[in-house]
Amino acid sequence: MVMETESKFHVLAVDDSLFDRKMIERLLQKSSCQVTTVDSGSKALEFLGLRVDDNDPNALSTSPQIHQEVEINLIITDYCMPGMTGYDLLKKVKESAAFRSIPVVIMSSENVPARISRCLEEGAEEFFLKPVKLADLTKLKPHMMKTKLKKESEKPVAIEEIVVSKPEIEEEEEESSVIEILPLHQEIESEQLEPMLSSNKRKAMEEVVSTDRSRPKYNDITTSV
Amino acid sequence: MLGLGVDRLQADINRLLASLFHQGVLDEQFLQLQQLQDETSPNFVYDVINIYFDESEKLLRNLRLLLMDREFSDYKKIGLHLNQLVGSSSSIGARRVRNVCVAFRSASELSNRPGCLRGLEVVEHEYHYLKNMMHELFQVLTCFVNILLTFTQTEGKNVS
Repeated sequence: MVMETESKFHVLAVDDSLFDRKMIERLLQKSSCQVTTVDSGSKALEFLGLRVDDNDPNALSTSPQIHQEVEINLIITDYCMPGMTGYDLLKKVKESAAFRSIPVVIMSSENVPARISRCLEEGAEEFFLKPVKLADLTKLKPHMMKTKLKKESEKPVAIEEIVVSKPEIEEEEEESSVIEILPLHQEIESEQLEPMLSSNKRKAMEEVVSTDRSRPKYNDITTSV
Repeated sequence: MLGLGVDRLQADINRLLASLFHQGVLDEQFLQLQQLQDETSPNFVYDVINIYFDESEKLLRNLRLLLMDREFSDYKKIGLHLNQLVGSSSSIGARRVRNVCVAFRSASELSNRPGCLRGLEVVEHEYHYLKNMMHELFQVLTCFVNILLTFTQTEGKNVS
């Protein structure tokens, strides 16, 4: 039996701007994800169940009081936030034994190569330039799948459950190909991108988010004016 | 009779949109925004554009306060506000507003105060133009919806 609620990925979105939270929430919902939005890095950590010690902000512990009921499959965070930046949040998540396996994606409206490499080196799976598009979110599925598969393999399961989990994944893929019906020009863009890029990390640096199709696509590190 | 009204409104909407695209006020991203709206989130475009207006006006007010201060020197803060404006304007397809924000940002990166003041004026001008156009668009769309609703209600009465 496949449970509807179990097959949806749950994403935690972090951004101090209400506008950006509204946008990313809708984009994620359109990509069949369940979404929780918070407006700061510290609230994100609270939600995960990590207690941030006010006396020593570098100390982290899993709060015994907060029992994390919700499984988070991905964290997507803005880079530039007051207080704890997206980079700080990334570091804290990756330093935590309990949560380091959760994939983290950084978003930024600025194309700063040094910033991008720093985030990827610290363990971010992707770096998206704003405005984030629906097509960008299709890149998230493989990262989220990995955590689900990992969790499934770690649990002691009965044979029946293993057999059932496979169709669950296939259904997920089917679901995403049905729902994410991109307009023709977007499909063309992604077809052009795929053969030219060899890795996810290079993708983040070379992809220029551009709404003007007449602009050449691989002008990489120039700031668009 | 009603048919003609609907056609005329449809033509008005098309004309207005075409003009906004032609002037570069809006770009393709505005159309992408429409795609995010559906039955599960039927007011998304209206809601998100209103959030954009609220947030942008706060940012513009802050920018003006900062620059009006004679002892002002916090160009970094100006840059942060402008990053937000550039990002959100891009997200809704407000091409011209985005571009003038980028130009303003360049002046702030050079710590050029008169350049920043000019930049702010230009941004305020473009922003208000966009807002007026959006209001007009929403008004025409509302008329369109109202006419359709009247039409369907009348039809309903005739049938019974």
